[in-house]
Amino acid sequence: MKNRLHMTLAMGVAALGLMAGNALAETELRMTWYNDGIEGEVMRGILDKFEADNPDIKVTLDVVPYKAILESLPVQLAAGEGPDIARVTDLGGLSKYYMDLTPYISDPAYWEENFGPFLKWLRQPGDTSSISGFMTQLTVTGPYVNKTLFEQAEVEMPGEGATWDDWAKASKEVADKLDIPIPMAWDRSGHRVAGPAISMGAKMFDADGEPALVDDGLKLMATKLYDWHQDGTMAKELWGSVSGSQYLGANEDFANAKVVMYMSGSWQIPQFADTIGDAFDWWAVPAPCGPAACTGMPGGASLVALKTSKHPEEVGKLMDYLSSEEVLGEFYGKTLFIPGHLGLASKGVDFATDDPRAKHALSTFSSAVPSISPIAFDLQGYVNNRVMFNALISRLGEAIVGELTLDQAFDRMTQDVEQQIAEKKRGG
Amino acid sequence: MALEDTTRSKSDSGPSLLNAIAAWPVRVLFTILDVPLRGLQRLLGIRAMPYVFILPNLAFFGLFVVVPLFINFAFSVTGGTNLYLDDRPFVGLEQYGFLFDCGNYLDPTTCREDRFWRGVFNTFTFVFFQVSLIVLFSLITALILNREIRGRGFFRAAFFFPVLLSPVVVALIWKWILLRDGVLNAFLVSMGLDPVLYFVSPTWSMFWAIFVSVWAHMGFYTLILLAGLQAIPPDLYEAAEMDGTKRERVFFRITLPLLWPNMLVVIVLALIKAVQIFDEVFVLTGGGPGTATQFIVQYIYTTGFSNQVQNFGLAAAASVVLGVVLFVLTLLQLAASRRKDEA
Amino acid sequence: MAETSTMSERSVTRFLTARRGGGSLHWTDIFSYVYLALGVALMFGPVVWLALSSFKTPAGLQEFPPTLLPLGQIERSVEGYDDPLPMFKVTMDDGTVRELAQIRRIGIIAQMVDPENPDETIKVPIASREPIREFRVAWENYTKPLERFNFLTYLNNSVIVTAAATLVTLLINSMAAFGLAIYEFRGRNAVMLFVIGTLMIPITIILVPAYLVVTELGMVNTLWAVILPGAATPTGVFLLRQYMLTIPRDLIEAARMDKASEWSIYWRIVLPLSLPAIAVLAIFSVMWRWNDFLWPLIVLNRSEVYTLQIGLNAFQGELDVQWHYVLAMTVVALIPVTLVFAFLQRFITTGIASSGMK
Repeated sequence: MKNRLHMTLAMGVAALGLMAGNALAETELRMTWYNDGIEGEVMRGILDKFEADNPDIKVTLDVVPYKAILESLPVQLAAGEGPDIARVTDLGGLSKYYMDLTPYISDPAYWEENFGPFLKWLRQPGDTSSISGFMTQLTVTGPYVNKTLFEQAEVEMPGEGATWDDWAKASKEVADKLDIPIPMAWDRSGHRVAGPAISMGAKMFDADGEPALVDDGLKLMATKLYDWHQDGTMAKELWGSVSGSQYLGANEDFANAKVVMYMSGSWQIPQFADTIGDAFDWWAVPAPCGPAACTGMPGGASLVALKTSKHPEEVGKLMDYLSSEEVLGEFYGKTLFIPGHLGLASKGVDFATDDPRAKHALSTFSSAVPSISPIAFDLQGYVNNRVMFNALISRLGEAIVGELTLDQAFDRMTQDVEQQIAEKKRGG
Repeated sequence: MALEDTTRSKSDSGPSLLNAIAAWPVRVLFTILDVPLRGLQRLLGIRAMPYVFILPNLAFFGLFVVVPLFINFAFSVTGGTNLYLDDRPFVGLEQYGFLFDCGNYLDPTTCREDRFWRGVFNTFTFVFFQVSLIVLFSLITALILNREIRGRGFFRAAFFFPVLLSPVVVALIWKWILLRDGVLNAFLVSMGLDPVLYFVSPTWSMFWAIFVSVWAHMGFYTLILLAGLQAIPPDLYEAAEMDGTKRERVFFRITLPLLWPNMLVVIVLALIKAVQIFDEVFVLTGGGPGTATQFIVQYIYTTGFSNQVQNFGLAAAASVVLGVVLFVLTLLQLAASRRKDEA
Repeated sequence: MAETSTMSERSVTRFLTARRGGGSLHWTDIFSYVYLALGVALMFGPVVWLALSSFKTPAGLQEFPPTLLPLGQIERSVEGYDDPLPMFKVTMDDGTVRELAQIRRIGIIAQMVDPENPDETIKVPIASREPIREFRVAWENYTKPLERFNFLTYLNNSVIVTAAATLVTLLINSMAAFGLAIYEFRGRNAVMLFVIGTLMIPITIILVPAYLVVTELGMVNTLWAVILPGAATPTGVFLLRQYMLTIPRDLIEAARMDKASEWSIYWRIVLPLSLPAIAVLAIFSVMWRWNDFLWPLIVLNRSEVYTLQIGLNAFQGELDVQWHYVLAMTVVALIPVTLVFAFLQRFITTGIASSGMK
């Protein structure tokens, strides 16, 4: 008897559930979102205010795993099944699916003025005018050091203008003195390597603007990374495990004081402020130098409007609201993100933290923006940059574990980039 | 007679529960369906009925498996990164040529698409060890569980428990144990040994990939073998005992031959599962270090799906190659089992 | 019935278990028990360890060597400090042991303070202090991520998907198996070959084409997109057919004599006799659907249709995994499966064992 009831119930619920999608009255906008920290909650709070002002528009935040943004979203967009708005990180790669918001926003000049350099990243090659979205956060790659450990070991921290070699040597010295397992760790990510490689003289593109990943500068950087893995300056746990272009970070190890120097980026600040707090002095330092420059890579996530949307007017309205100086200032302030808004960047954002380490890190990374190499900006704006990053990281990883020699790895990198770009050009 | 008793009692032992759950709505559904189907039978004749029965399954299957397989094949002879076939230029067998462009087929570094071949070799290694170990341990476990043991029901269930876990969960459970600061290393340290970084060593990574998948799946195969053992007529053993035959001899002369049909099922199923290995190992080792535990399905998945340039054509070509190999393997298996039956 | 079963099992196993000379244990007996004990530890141990770990705080998870039970450090509020300070047992230079509160740790030196005498700061090498702890469960590992999303909606979706998909699977698979097992007809071998051939095709390799089909059918972002595509499992057809082959033909012939329709032969005679195999398939179908992740991730991108597996993973960002949440969410995903196991374990094992799959 009971079982029967359950069965009928389940079937009834099933029928209801399957139909539920259609019964909505007002205009509903869907925003696909992923979270690194609390930004989803902050965004929801802002959207609630927007909805209160615009009772005819409802915005639903669909929070997905980051994996879905990278892998599923492109297929969905290609099939015309995407959301209205999405938070994406493959800015150039998805650009053919972005909507040009110009007709739907109230003041395109405001966008040009405040988001100018980043709008370029969202455009397809040849396009110079479209406006598709804004940066939910600007990121800059750069290292953190555990300053407390340096003090403990009585090793002096390399100062302004120090090279990567200086830092590697100093970190190793600290680690040896204090018995720290990992002197230096870099995120397993091509994007992270790109900045230092440019510092070493990598040009990334040839004279015609075509990608040319492997040159002397990149070889110099890659060889250094390879050597550091062999001599124990870097642990194999990040680069020497997993395959292909998978991302691995050392944030947990750094937070537990098992790493002296950690090459990552500005997005770690809110997390470190939360997990490390004042357990030790985690200190952002300016990008170390190479012969050519002292640069990190810019990057970040962007909130973009998508062509698949059937409500461009409402999307424009929402984007206008979200991109206003006031709202965006609130968003950056609460999330501890580096502003991707030039006005706010020069005025300064009131960050919601009292942590001196977080404040120092935020100012270090913010002030690094002007000194970023133009090559790094071009690379970040290049449509197929992830092809280059992936080739770099996967082949270098294979070299570090000994499956390939460095020279073989360089050949394979070139081949990988050529092949994938050729495939992409085939049939547009 | 004894044999019939066993089967009888077995088929009656559990299903009362299912009977109770399914009884009423199912009966109504089937009774209602009886009317049109009876009509259909009268109309088309009894010879058409088998087609009627397999039709719904075939329809779903056609729609969601066969059509995608054809699309997949079409992908494999076209290029570019577009999703719709209309936008994809025909390239003939180029993708296949690319896969098979090797200087020396035994050395992946000489191949144009070295990762594919590394995947192939890794898969062979994995399948060989994993299937052998599954057969070995399932057999030992089944033989032991077939004995008169206190709490046999519990033990049977215990070995089956991991079968219910999702691949992701299985991998996370073990990853948590095998991390640098995991409990296994804590144990090694307490024994005075050095901790081991398992996922940095190719050999250890492969070892754990095999170990974990044997752990997760052997329970299922154990039960299949157990069923086979229980179906062996007891008279045979009694006769052997009366003759004073040695245990080892009984095992090789009676148990093993009579268990062979079940063994075959186990081998075939385990082989299929092993060739398809993906998510468990992917979450556990990420396919690393380098490409040491990267298998064919992972290659296909990354090439066609998780790379920025989603190369559907190349991935599809690789999956067609995989499909053909699997199909040939199955045919060989079937032929072997048929010959065995005839002999 | 049960008696007959034990009787025959006993005779089956007599040759292995016979303890010669009565009472004295043969080495195989000892081996069996040792093997089983180790086996049980190996099967459950990792899962228990996972569950225990999931209740630890992030700091507790980092500890090496790890503690068995979740422990939390005792904290005391000390005059002059806003937040409560963690307590340590410190071995001083002169060998005395004191209980001190830690203000902060700088590298290998900890600044500590005696709660009774808060004015004096004591510097202690970290090697000589040991946290004072008590048993404490970090429920926040569970509550925090679960607050972030609509757990009940996802649970509901998962239940609907699992139940509906299993029913559809059982119906169409058993019909097809019946057709393939009972009749001789033109094309039967071809269909069988096809079934076996496709047994081997993992969904991962036709992900994108299958997505195209589902898009064309307009099923994206409906639960149908996860219910229907996997329904026609070749494994199910294979398993049921092999079982149905063992059903005596006389029964079917007799029913035909009585003018029973083919459909009623199917559901009145063959289905009830195949229940053990159907039960096995039901269990597998529930497992497959409940655990499904990759496919739903592609076809479902609106939060109201998310299944639990997507929801549980949604908190994983671009940054690295946060183990305390991952472990807790893994346990949540495990619970339903473990419950099914606990209630149906006897049934599961007898079902599979008796379905035989010959």
